[in-house]
Amino acid sequence: MQNTLVEQNSPPVDLKPRMSLAWVGKAFLIALSLLIVYLLGTNLAKNPSLFANIILSGLQMGFVYAMIALGYTMVYGIVKLINFAHGDVFMVGAFVSYYLVYRFNFQNWPALFFPDMPPMVVVVIGTISVIIIAMIVCVLLATTIERVAYKPLRNAPRIAALITAIGVSFFLEFFGALNFVFSPRFIPYTRPFEVVAWYIDGSGIHSIVAGTQPPANAITFSNIFLIIMIVSILVQIFLQFLVKQTKMGIAMRAVSYDKPTARLMGINVDQVISFTFAIGAAFAGLGGVLYAIAYSSINTQMGILPGLKAFVAAVLGGIGSIPGAFVGALIMGQAEALTMGFISTPMRDAVAFAILIIVLLVRPTGIFGEPENEKA
Amino acid sequence: MRAFKVFGLLMVVVMVLSACAPAAAPAAGGAAAGGEIKIAILAPLSGPVPTFGLSTKEGATLAVKEWNDKGGVLGKKIVAIVEDSQCTPDPAVNAANKVINQDKVKYIVGEVCSKASIPVSEIANEKKVVQISGTSTNPSVVRDAAGKVKPFTFVACFNDDTQGKVIAKFAKENIKAKTAFIMLDQANDYVKGLAEYFEKYFTADGGTIVGKETYTSKDTDFSTVLAKIAEAKPDVVVLPDYYNIVNLVTKQAKEKGITAPFIGGDGWDSPDLDPKAADGGFFTNHYSPTEDREKVKTFVKNYGEAYKNDKGEPKTPDALAALAYDATNILIEAISKAGEDDATKVADTIAKGKFEAVSGSITFDEFHTPIKPVTVIAVKDGKVTFNSQVMP
Repeated sequence: MQNTLVEQNSPPVDLKPRMSLAWVGKAFLIALSLLIVYLLGTNLAKNPSLFANIILSGLQMGFVYAMIALGYTMVYGIVKLINFAHGDVFMVGAFVSYYLVYRFNFQNWPALFFPDMPPMVVVVIGTISVIIIAMIVCVLLATTIERVAYKPLRNAPRIAALITAIGVSFFLEFFGALNFVFSPRFIPYTRPFEVVAWYIDGSGIHSIVAGTQPPANAITFSNIFLIIMIVSILVQIFLQFLVKQTKMGIAMRAVSYDKPTARLMGINVDQVISFTFAIGAAFAGLGGVLYAIAYSSINTQMGILPGLKAFVAAVLGGIGSIPGAFVGALIMGQAEALTMGFISTPMRDAVAFAILIIVLLVRPTGIFGEPENEKA
Repeated sequence: MRAFKVFGLLMVVVMVLSACAPAAAPAAGGAAAGGEIKIAILAPLSGPVPTFGLSTKEGATLAVKEWNDKGGVLGKKIVAIVEDSQCTPDPAVNAANKVINQDKVKYIVGEVCSKASIPVSEIANEKKVVQISGTSTNPSVVRDAAGKVKPFTFVACFNDDTQGKVIAKFAKENIKAKTAFIMLDQANDYVKGLAEYFEKYFTADGGTIVGKETYTSKDTDFSTVLAKIAEAKPDVVVLPDYYNIVNLVTKQAKEKGITAPFIGGDGWDSPDLDPKAADGGFFTNHYSPTEDREKVKTFVKNYGEAYKNDKGEPKTPDALAALAYDATNILIEAISKAGEDDATKVADTIAKGKFEAVSGSITFDEFHTPIKPVTVIAVKDGKVTFNSQVMP
């Protein structure tokens, strides 16, 4: 077991290019950023309202990525595992809400018990309860995965757990694609509430009426955008509070810093790790529901790309850092939307993963990451 | 991924086993047994598109049953041999070899998918067996590499060139569109082909393409493309993709306040199309079960009596069932008209004949492709209904 090819404490590979070649990379990066600034500047001048619309769609994407990226970054921060099954937990969250809304009409439950309740309140309470159930299912799923697939490998080489994570991810995708589970179809998602969209033009905010077209220079946004933005920011604040102010947060930081010592201090390390998986899964489930509501189509492979991009966001922000994941996700959302808007749509995934490569080459610790001081 | 590998291995085993069998059998050409005429139906009952296979099987066997109830053809009973060809070249070739060499059929209905129909057509023409596919729209099914027609292969559907032409004509004449915006998936030949043909005929007719945006089949967020459409304000948006993409795009377009109608091809035809999202849109199709024509009404009624869904309700035939039914009927009618159980004569009769089918009145052009009207279907008030028939 100890004689495996990959040693657990192998010295970190020196990723910095040799000094003589460093200027080539720097010149390339500077040229690249100048090109981006030029591209954005000309397009902003050409059509400001289109530019603003694209920024808004990038923000919506970014806030969803942020909810997923938090799970990657927290789990990595504590057990140094890239949990590739995280995107599939996100998918399960979307499917749970689909069944609750479409099959059981669950978002209307308050109306059954309290017939006098105003419809607006029914929708709000109903939707929140749908989201909470989806989050609970995701938490149960993630803790089960952790118990079954990752815990037995906690002392094995890190690569073993990584491969297991990929295996779990494939399992969830293809098990979900079975006809008696979720089926491999693209399913139109029934929203628990109606979408209301508005547009802003020179004369203020107006709501979009079906069948009429807003004026040419209008900036459009919807209630879903507002919900995703508010929820994502609240999640961020909640996590900051959790990690910085609560006992569990202190335990998490302690485990992240030094597991054996934390255990000696009387911290239940296994419990803390399970809790971390649970929190990440809850937010992935939340993100899954909101993503499904926003883009209204679900299938069993829907978690792969958002999951991978959230992972890139976490690396970009500095893996292990919670504010980093948030900022990284917003940058990823913008990079994608601007690529789609001003270069070409099929380029967006290429750009997303080019960011991963550039970050790993130039600053492997990410924006908020601190250079790793090897312990143990 | 792994599932595919296991599947692939199984396929190899099946291939080896079935490759052994025909090697021992004598060459094709023997007379069919006594009082019956055998027709092979190659349908993808498993594989990526099982609903296509089921519809095809049901449509084709319904046609056979109706002929047998009338006393068969040329005084002989028709026997249908259904084989699973999986919408994949290798299993389709094996199935074709099996029915030709072992069962000694002279007539094949199928396959559904072009990529499986093409290799089957090679065998059929080599062995002089008549093949008629209901739904393979790719021109290579009926044309060989040199662009010459394959003498024994026919299709019962229009091709993508015709479809693109009809979409352009409909946009021009019925929607009165002068400007169009094209959305396409660059990686999908079907979508790309339709978009190209649309552009060709729309601009030739004086229309302007105000924008063209590509996306990938994995996309779920179309807001940037839609923002550009909102800026360009076209009279019509062309989206010739499958229903899953159509659902996403049209729903998001409504939220952006885009009022231009969306228009597409037969890829929209699915029970999973969201009629609320696609409201106001149009698509071309092979046939519509709601069309008020005697042939269509009888077919829908008989099909519903013969086949029930899970809830025991009569099934509504989709385009695949209708085309398989048409293909089988054309074949049997040609055998009857030829007056002889002979593949060469039957092929000749099909090429020259005129057939009244569910999907319209059919004659074949020099490339064994039907000349027939294209049905345009409207999505309106949450329903998918017949709008008009357009002659290309």
